[in-house]
Amino acid sequence: MQIKDAQEGLEQFNRRVASAGALVLVCFAILFGRFFWLQVIQHDYYRTRAEDNRISLVPIVPNRGLIVDRNGEVLARNYSAYTLEITPSQVPDLEATIDALAEFITIEAKDRKRFRKLMEESKRFESLPIRTRLTDEEVAKFIARRYRFPGVDIKARLFRQYPKGAFASHVLGYIGRITERDLARIEDNEQEANYRGTDYFGKSGLEQHYEFELHGTSGFEQVEVDAGGRAVRSLARVAPVPGNNLTLTLDAKLQEIAEQAFGDRRGALVAIEPSTGGILALVSVPNYDPNLFVDGIAAVDWQALNEAADKPMINRALNGAYPPGSTFKPFMALAALHYGKRRPEQAIVDPGGFNFGGHFFRDDKKGGHGLVDMYKSIVVSCDTYYYMLANDMGIDAIAAFMGELGLGSKTGIDIEGESEGVLPSPAWKKKRFKRPEQQKWYAGETISIGIGQGYNAYTPIQLAQAVATLANDGVMFRPHLVKYITDTKSGEKRFIEPQPIKKLPWKQEHIDVIKRAMIGVNKEGTGARAFAGAEYVSAGKTGTAQVFSYKGAEHKTETMKAHLRDHALFIAFAPADQPKIALAVLVENGGFGAQAAAPIARQVFDYYLLGKLPKGMAPTDEAAVEADPE
Amino acid sequence: MSEWLHKIWRMVVAPIDWPLLGFTALLLILATVALASASPERLGAHFINLGVALLVMRAVAQLPPQRLMHIAVPVYLLGLLLLIAVALFGDVSKGARRWLNLGFMRIQPSELMKIAMPLMLAWYFQKREGLLVWRDWFVATLLLLVPVALIARQPDLGTAVLVFAAGFFVIFLAGLSWKVIFGLLGLAAAAAPFAWNLLHDYQRQRILMLLDPEKDPLGKGFHIIQSTIAIGSGGLFGKGWGQGTQAQLEFIPERHTDFIFAVWSEEFGLVGNAVLLILYLLLIGRGLQIALQAPTLFTRLLAGAVTLIFFTYAFVNMGMVSGILPVVGVPLPLVSYGGTALVTLCLGIGILMSIHKNRMLVQK
Repeated sequence: MQIKDAQEGLEQFNRRVASAGALVLVCFAILFGRFFWLQVIQHDYYRTRAEDNRISLVPIVPNRGLIVDRNGEVLARNYSAYTLEITPSQVPDLEATIDALAEFITIEAKDRKRFRKLMEESKRFESLPIRTRLTDEEVAKFIARRYRFPGVDIKARLFRQYPKGAFASHVLGYIGRITERDLARIEDNEQEANYRGTDYFGKSGLEQHYEFELHGTSGFEQVEVDAGGRAVRSLARVAPVPGNNLTLTLDAKLQEIAEQAFGDRRGALVAIEPSTGGILALVSVPNYDPNLFVDGIAAVDWQALNEAADKPMINRALNGAYPPGSTFKPFMALAALHYGKRRPEQAIVDPGGFNFGGHFFRDDKKGGHGLVDMYKSIVVSCDTYYYMLANDMGIDAIAAFMGELGLGSKTGIDIEGESEGVLPSPAWKKKRFKRPEQQKWYAGETISIGIGQGYNAYTPIQLAQAVATLANDGVMFRPHLVKYITDTKSGEKRFIEPQPIKKLPWKQEHIDVIKRAMIGVNKEGTGARAFAGAEYVSAGKTGTAQVFSYKGAEHKTETMKAHLRDHALFIAFAPADQPKIALAVLVENGGFGAQAAAPIARQVFDYYLLGKLPKGMAPTDEAAVEADPE
Repeated sequence: MSEWLHKIWRMVVAPIDWPLLGFTALLLILATVALASASPERLGAHFINLGVALLVMRAVAQLPPQRLMHIAVPVYLLGLLLLIAVALFGDVSKGARRWLNLGFMRIQPSELMKIAMPLMLAWYFQKREGLLVWRDWFVATLLLLVPVALIARQPDLGTAVLVFAAGFFVIFLAGLSWKVIFGLLGLAAAAAPFAWNLLHDYQRQRILMLLDPEKDPLGKGFHIIQSTIAIGSGGLFGKGWGQGTQAQLEFIPERHTDFIFAVWSEEFGLVGNAVLLILYLLLIGRGLQIALQAPTLFTRLLAGAVTLIFFTYAFVNMGMVSGILPVVGVPLPLVSYGGTALVTLCLGIGILMSIHKNRMLVQK
């Protein structure tokens, strides 16, 4: 029985193998039939198509979407210019051709260099630009001699233009030639077909983040071509769909005022609409001119930008992490109320510092501020009050509160390159340092954390978001730059809905205590001079952050001094009862926050709330005084 | 001296099955010719791949089938575990989660499944030889479908098809009732509209493209249009080696990997294609012959399935390049450039050789 079964099984297996063999034969016969159909019966048709192929389909690159500010002012647009292009596969002697062209069209060494680089990256049948932005005269000269140059042609190409030059460059970003890395991003988004014929790709800022919105959909044209490889007649055409337009929450005029208020100082400013998270201005100065990149940046320009002592390519608003200094104090005070560590009227007597474990933590004011309650601690910026408070609260409570407020983590703004900053805590220190003796958290370290020094390091946008959250009574929004995207095909506006991230569990009476104190700062405290005579009630807090020696990486003695000066900071919102704008200002090595940073905020508020322009749009006197002597 | 020679002969040469090696070698030579035209700069790497693959083939040919049987279950479980790990922590590339980053290297566990699947199922049927009840078919199907579903979810339709085919062949050869097979086919046809909804957008696009590639000539239809033009313009005798305008002017995407058949076809024409088809037929024929002579159920099923995997690769690839099947990422066996697939396939040939060498042994 068993044997018979095995025998049967074997026979069944043999039959199955025979069936499989038959399947193989049938499938291969189908394949052969298909090949026969294509290669014998349809051969003539496909031979013609292969002949046509070299020339038949030309992609048409869509117009890139515009970027406009909240009032419709155009910040990025396109213009058409003539380029001289060569298709290498159709040119017998490339060098000779270029030499001959150079006799009547200016072709510099850098143009040749760029063309050679392009050739390495491109396919041989692609038409590549050797000179861009030809003059009318050059166009005419070439057309007259055109018959001598098969494979060479003049084409109209679109170029990106930033009409305001070096303005809001860290927001807008720039575009540049597509690189291998960009190609990977294009492939990941299944966009290969749509980028055929496209040379440029967003590299930073909004241009990068919204690349696939701005790009649009490629069209194509079927063209007949002569022996020289030149298009003679268009057979069919599918029009491209232009990219979508971005309308920003940013106010260009406000941005301009803010940028100019910095003069030639380095720094950052982030102004947010507290009730939506919409960014009104995002400044990082010095700027660079994104127009330099449009056509592929020249090596000299690139080197100059990268090696500049001022580091204009760094987006300080998102990427620079700075100790917040005294701007940290309102949040410390709120934490104290929140955790029940202080009552507002509880006062200390400030002897001019705080003694802890044999180390004397000094106050700004020699001899101290006398009797200091919470209101006064913020208005006069009393360090001793916060040394004690930090010691009472402990590092874990501070870290928990500030972490909830978003300090030390990315805000999620819609452009790339944000830093996290440093929210100091024992856990952070353990991760940050390698050796066990460095990993230990010392109670003394908590003391300087209390006044926004020590390991504290936050980006200006984090500070702006924190003050906006306070202004908004604890409701936190994700900051965003784009208000809506206009679909060019349908005309439909897609609004970027304000995204409330969370509502912080603060008591309104606690919030009001802090707000009142910050109003006091601008009325009678450290911010009073900058806000003298203002026609609205504002709330603020100045800060002056010590620059640590680890920043002194540069060893040039003449710049050393300026680079060791304190950073000036200021956070504020206005009108105080119903905040329409909240901001954080940072002036690198600007000295006192009250003198260097607060006047910038004043100009921004004056314009945004009253429409008042600063005198001749020039930096105010106060700011001029504070400008670096170098 | 002669004893030494004899020893070396036994050690090195005896396990080799000459017909199999011959067909494989001819296909590999042909692959080198095609690659030299499509992408000469990759020849160096190609020779290294060849070396590694042939070493693997030789090493596996030495392994007795019992050893294969012992590793079947662990290899399958390992593959399954890795697939789950990919689903949980895999790297995303081109919108799909296929790779597992181990820090020092990235691995694609679905590749392992191509061999692990037939091993596992052949092992299972061997264990249940003569005792098969309906529940066993169910278990086998489950063993097959779980990894396939994981791979299809990545999404990697090409590999899912190959792994499914590998396992299905074992079940088929083990004698799954024709009634059930046709029943399932009918069911699949009926379920097609629902499956359509489960497909990814791009997968749907690829199938639609098959019906009308001209609808999107620069985009999704580009692959098919350009490769059919290449094949069609090749004609009876082809344009000659290195003379294919479609290939040389870079109209054929991935012309050294999945679409290398288009290059071959353009440059060597229908005659070249016939040579290729015949070589595959000979290879498959020899494989099936080995399966028929194999001593145990395990080796029979394994040999049959491994052979039919070659068929699946070849048919799916040539079908897709010539525009009768949707574009899925399946290489042309032994011909497409790429180390992983080459090693996997040579490993398969090594298994066939091992089974053939041990055909006279009765294993128990």
